[in-house]
Amino acid sequence: MTREADDRGAQGGARPGTYYGHGLPYAPLADYPGRIIAIEGTDGVGRSTQIRLLREWLEVKGYGVVETGWTRSELMQPTIELAKGSNTLNKLTFVLLYACDFADRLEKEIIPALKAGFVVLADRYIYTAIARAGVRGVDSQWIRRLYGFAIAPHLVFYLKIDVDALARRVLEAGGMEYWESGMDMKAGDDIYDNFRNYQRQLLKEYAAMADEFGFRVIEGRRSITAIQEELRRQVGAFLEEAGAVPLAGL
Amino acid sequence: MLETLNTPHAYPGRLFVVEGIDGSGKTTQLGLLAKWLAARGHRVFVTEWNSSALVKAATKTGKKKNALTPMTFSLLHATDFADRLLYKIIPPLKAGMIVLADRYAYTAFARDVARGVDRQWVRDLYSFAVRPDLAVYFRVPIDVSVDRLLARRVKLKFYEAGMDMGWSANPVESFRIFQSKVLDEYARIVLEHDLSVIEAAGSITDQQRQLRQIVSDRLQEEAARDERG
Repeated sequence: MTREADDRGAQGGARPGTYYGHGLPYAPLADYPGRIIAIEGTDGVGRSTQIRLLREWLEVKGYGVVETGWTRSELMQPTIELAKGSNTLNKLTFVLLYACDFADRLEKEIIPALKAGFVVLADRYIYTAIARAGVRGVDSQWIRRLYGFAIAPHLVFYLKIDVDALARRVLEAGGMEYWESGMDMKAGDDIYDNFRNYQRQLLKEYAAMADEFGFRVIEGRRSITAIQEELRRQVGAFLEEAGAVPLAGL
Repeated sequence: MLETLNTPHAYPGRLFVVEGIDGSGKTTQLGLLAKWLAARGHRVFVTEWNSSALVKAATKTGKKKNALTPMTFSLLHATDFADRLLYKIIPPLKAGMIVLADRYAYTAFARDVARGVDRQWVRDLYSFAVRPDLAVYFRVPIDVSVDRLLARRVKLKFYEAGMDMGWSANPVESFRIFQSKVLDEYARIVLEHDLSVIEAAGSITDQQRQLRQIVSDRLQEEAARDERG
């Protein structure tokens, strides 16, 4: 594959804060003061808790924080819920609806926040979409080109966990859910087996991206406090290095 | 990478596509073609752009709130297309029917790029589409298209007129600017994807005669190819 073809899509090596591929030609990016910090990891690994705590800490330090989360766009949320409820979602429409949701949030939330100098905490980023599509057999180059309009984050944390620990945690938290178990893939009726198989494949996809996209891997089996301390240490160091001086101490 | 849009399909059915800007008369022409094919004993299935139930809701929300960006507009239509491809286009092709598509991926290539989406990106996006056996482009001068639409309707539709781009507050002027850019993109697409061109300024009957000739030739070629195995 030529270098030129590579440049079309999401791939490692892109400079943080720039488009991975062709991007949005009508929305050229400048050197904005904001930063994107993405927290990735499968369902049940504890992302939302960590983001809530991290946001709290950053705001106390005086950073402006904006959160953006998967499928939470105003435009697409009702449609995605509708599609999940009916049985019409196939792997391509699934992938494209998520991309549309991401595009809406990118243009309406993320880019304006970057311009205004916010720290954008992204609960999942395009890697979730790439992992889910990969498990469902979507062409890996196609999905990467699709997300060529995404902006490379400044930091990506990946909360890593094994299937055994994840299964226990999800069961304790209320049970296995249809989509998290990949039931749409129609592998069988046993939700426990499906959950394990599906999540195992997902974890494999994330692992394959870790090196390429420079994920900072954090062991997800550790305590909430230990994970949070690790996140704060790395995020704090990064923001200070980036010249974003916190207010704390004033 | 998927290359199906650039590779002949292996389904027993046939996929014929019409393209052109609003007011080119392509829908009228497709309707007459469908009647003729059915009368000749073909089993015909007609599918329209932007018609799947799945994304109608979102398109409506977006249009109502005037909230679609060029990118979300593009991705919503791609979602709609993927849905129709898998549920409405491929099954009749597998059943050996003739599928007539009123607009196809080329519409996205023309409109999305006119709105500022990257030309190569949108082509990569639609690379999962089935390659048509024939794509006919109804080429119309912008003035003829505007006259036809104004004669027919009270008001030009918001997105059809490219009002989302903010080029002009006057719908007719906006339509003219936007659709002229769309025409430029079509000119490129015709060469790139080998579309057959019919001059849409002529009479309806003349155009239909040409269309039937092109389709008939194509069906004979395909039949001959099938016989050869």
